[in-house]
Amino acid sequence: MALVEIRDVHKTFGKVEVLKGVSLDVEEGEIVTIIGRSGSGKSTLLRCINALESVDTGEIRVEGRHVHARMPDLKKFRQRVGIVFQAFNLFPHLKVERNITLAPLLTGRIDKARARALAEDVLARVGLADKIDAWPEQLSGGQQQRVAIARCLAMAPHLMLFDEVTSALDPELVGEVLKVMEAMAKQGMTMILVTHEMGFARNVADRIVFMHQGRVWEQGSPAKLFANPETPELASFIASAK
Amino acid sequence: MNFLPLWRYQNQLVDGAIVTLELTVISALAGLLIGVAGALALKGRIAPLRWLVRFYIELFRNTPSLIQIFIVFFVLPTFGLKIPAFEAACVALSLYFGAYSVEIIRAGLDSIPRNQLEAGQCLGLSGWQVFRHIVLPPALRNAYPAVTSQFVLLLLGTSLASQVAADELFHVAGFVESRTYRSFEVYAVICVVYFAMAMGFKALFAIIATAAFRWPRRR
Repeated sequence: MALVEIRDVHKTFGKVEVLKGVSLDVEEGEIVTIIGRSGSGKSTLLRCINALESVDTGEIRVEGRHVHARMPDLKKFRQRVGIVFQAFNLFPHLKVERNITLAPLLTGRIDKARARALAEDVLARVGLADKIDAWPEQLSGGQQQRVAIARCLAMAPHLMLFDEVTSALDPELVGEVLKVMEAMAKQGMTMILVTHEMGFARNVADRIVFMHQGRVWEQGSPAKLFANPETPELASFIASAK
Repeated sequence: MNFLPLWRYQNQLVDGAIVTLELTVISALAGLLIGVAGALALKGRIAPLRWLVRFYIELFRNTPSLIQIFIVFFVLPTFGLKIPAFEAACVALSLYFGAYSVEIIRAGLDSIPRNQLEAGQCLGLSGWQVFRHIVLPPALRNAYPAVTSQFVLLLLGTSLASQVAADELFHVAGFVESRTYRSFEVYAVICVVYFAMAMGFKALFAIIATAAFRWPRRR
């Protein structure tokens, strides 16, 4: 059984059908990168996986459990699935430590005595141990995004979703975030990424999924997809992304 | 000009100022509770409750607060609900301040981007936890300037309670005037007192703000 099973998912916003029957499996420990033009439905698909959006028809299962906005234990489920957003979404009124420990404390994952140690641990993993007492506003975009990743890691998720996490960053800050993600990949985290970073997709992903017009248009290993795209749409996308 | 005749009424004037402060603080606290509850109702899913809150806001923001006080004091007793002047003024002013607070706090809540809520939900927090820990603190900061200026308007507006003979500052001034015939002097004095109280609250609010909102503002 795959960790994530997506079966014939349809999703419509108003009159626009964003997902037109998407099916996709992601195995435990796999790194899957979703690429495609804006409007192809990649972010929507990602948001459906942790029930931020509900699907109209079709089914999404994670660890065998049917995912939807009214599922019992939605909160428990979301503690097991981390998501990192394009806009970081750190809480501006909380210092870095509290940003990280808020959810573990409120959900009872850890007690107060161990909170700081947890924050130190996950910050070390993203290379920001010295920023534990900083306000988010005092950090660069790249640092904020790494704190956002650390905040997810503090929940010890089984699956990480990344929604264009480098798109809002200045070019010189992209590398530090990708490096953190690469390290997570090496440690065996299951990851689904929506990204425009073709270099990262090529080097780190086990599989690349090309979405086009609300469908999975083509998928396969990076080597195969980049070298021999089967469809003209993917060929032209790769050409334009270079 | 002669302020000396006022001297023997200093105790009454001080008592009046204290009643004014009590009226203001009680009405402000009750009004803030109404404000938070009303704002949540406005953002909630129960349509009849939303209509009710809307109607309440429009009613109290578009009628003279003097008449609101009169209705609570003079009209409710005809329905068997007799309330003393101070309490009646408290009720009316709470509802008046509450009507403005609902809108101010709703605007504060709306100022928090949706992605902040999503980030909280995605960490597995409950709706209440997201509201309490993620939405409310920055929303209060954004609403704070409007709440405090509304508070000063409330402080000055408590003088209306004199019309139902609540023993607040303005009512005491009328009494002192009738005894001394020193109109200018008495109103000059309470004008200074109102001004001093307003400035005092302003300073207090500034101190509270620095203590409560320590995080840097978005650049």
